[in-house]
Amino acid sequence: MSSAFAPIRSLPGLAAVAAGLMGGALLLSFFIAPEDADQGISQRIFYIHVPIALTAYFCFGLGAWKALLLLWRGDERYDLESYVAIHQGTIFGSLTLITGAIWAKASWGVWWTWDSNQLVLFLTLFLFYCAYFMLRFSLPEGPRRSRSSAVYALFGVALIPVSFLAIRLAEDFIHPTTFTRDGPQMTGTMFTAFCVSWAAVTLLAYVLYRVELVGKRLHTDLRELREALE
Amino acid sequence: MTYLADVAALTRKDLRVALRARDTLPAMLLFVLSTLVVFHFALPEGTGDDAAYGLLWVAIVFTALLGLARAWVPEQEHAVFDGLVLAPCDRSAIWIGKTLATLAFLLAAQVVALPAFALFFAPLDAVAVVGVLLADIGICAVGSLMAAMAAAGRARELLLPLLMLPLSIPLIVGGVGAAISSEPERYLLLLALYDGIFAVLSWASFEYVVTES
Amino acid sequence: MSGGEYVAAAYGVVFVFLLVYVAIIAAKLVRLQRDTAELLELARRRE
Repeated sequence: MSSAFAPIRSLPGLAAVAAGLMGGALLLSFFIAPEDADQGISQRIFYIHVPIALTAYFCFGLGAWKALLLLWRGDERYDLESYVAIHQGTIFGSLTLITGAIWAKASWGVWWTWDSNQLVLFLTLFLFYCAYFMLRFSLPEGPRRSRSSAVYALFGVALIPVSFLAIRLAEDFIHPTTFTRDGPQMTGTMFTAFCVSWAAVTLLAYVLYRVELVGKRLHTDLRELREALE
Repeated sequence: MTYLADVAALTRKDLRVALRARDTLPAMLLFVLSTLVVFHFALPEGTGDDAAYGLLWVAIVFTALLGLARAWVPEQEHAVFDGLVLAPCDRSAIWIGKTLATLAFLLAAQVVALPAFALFFAPLDAVAVVGVLLADIGICAVGSLMAAMAAAGRARELLLPLLMLPLSIPLIVGGVGAAISSEPERYLLLLALYDGIFAVLSWASFEYVVTES
Repeated sequence: MSGGEYVAAAYGVVFVFLLVYVAIIAAKLVRLQRDTAELLELARRRE
């Protein structure tokens, strides 16, 4: 992983690949993949919702990985990388919640259901990572803030499996599951459409992450340049 | 052995400072009892015991938050944090000391609160009490780390509940499940798992959040 | 029930988010451009 100071040259290339994949994903999920027998057209939300949710997890994971590197190696640049990755994660997280609510409305007739474990887990994590920003903005800038944020980010990845387990257990006493999502089997083209969408959204998130990093570094460089000039 | 001696000394120090200040423990006691009275009015007639158990957990978490918000105040006010961090002991011993001290206060508050709950609302069996104990460990372990993080920032009292509530959701699930489920073992196991994972994480990461450079 | 409008809404939300993202990046670029122009001015004056 040498993403930090890797030549920016590759960023336009990555962006172009992401755009191409995204076009292919839209084509596959709207025109090539067959209509779902049970859910009809609303099943096509799946091709955008699930990849976005997985990408949000990917971003949180990336943020935690960078946080671990910060604590391990003590290199300050990982702080910014971890922060930007988690920022991307919350953006994709809010998209997951919105598209999830739309899907819930389309297939179950309600905007929100506590019956879907994935949605509940996601809401928990989303709140957790919103608190990450509150923590970050309340601490004075410095190594202590970097390390506190990193520790909190690491707690997030530990919280994911534990919360998942807890929410599964809570089903028993909150109410029995009435909907299941793993009903129909995906056909070959459906699975291809899903995989291409997944790759496209993940790459898009990574490109946005890199763009954000470049912008933030440019800002810091300019500030230093100003100090040098004045 | 010196590690244990350090832990014991730090715990004694925390307990003594907090007892001398005479604010945390009475506040926690009064808070949890007032909350129980509020619940009487918040629960309509015939709501059933399960709702009361749920609210008990709200009371426990918020009482713990009240105690945790004050946990590092003496260190902040008298600027002993720097001295403590420089002291020739392992920093994680500071965390264990603080965790044990807050745990002691939380348990003291519950010694009053749980019988009061049983008297006012619904009976508590042994399994439910074990659930409370396990959850207390988790709340105090994670909470004393989070409180140390929040203590360095502006608006620390505001920050701590935001940091802690998402983290305490598995504890609430485990605690409520242990109180009302007919198969409570799984919930106790969840609580024990949570305690194990997050206690080790907090223990290992405390050093990073208190050192300045 | 067709549900087509919900599909459109889901993809539309993603699209709008991306547009907002572009707008934010644009705002940042404008600010960076202004900063660079200022610094350029500063550097010229020192010569």
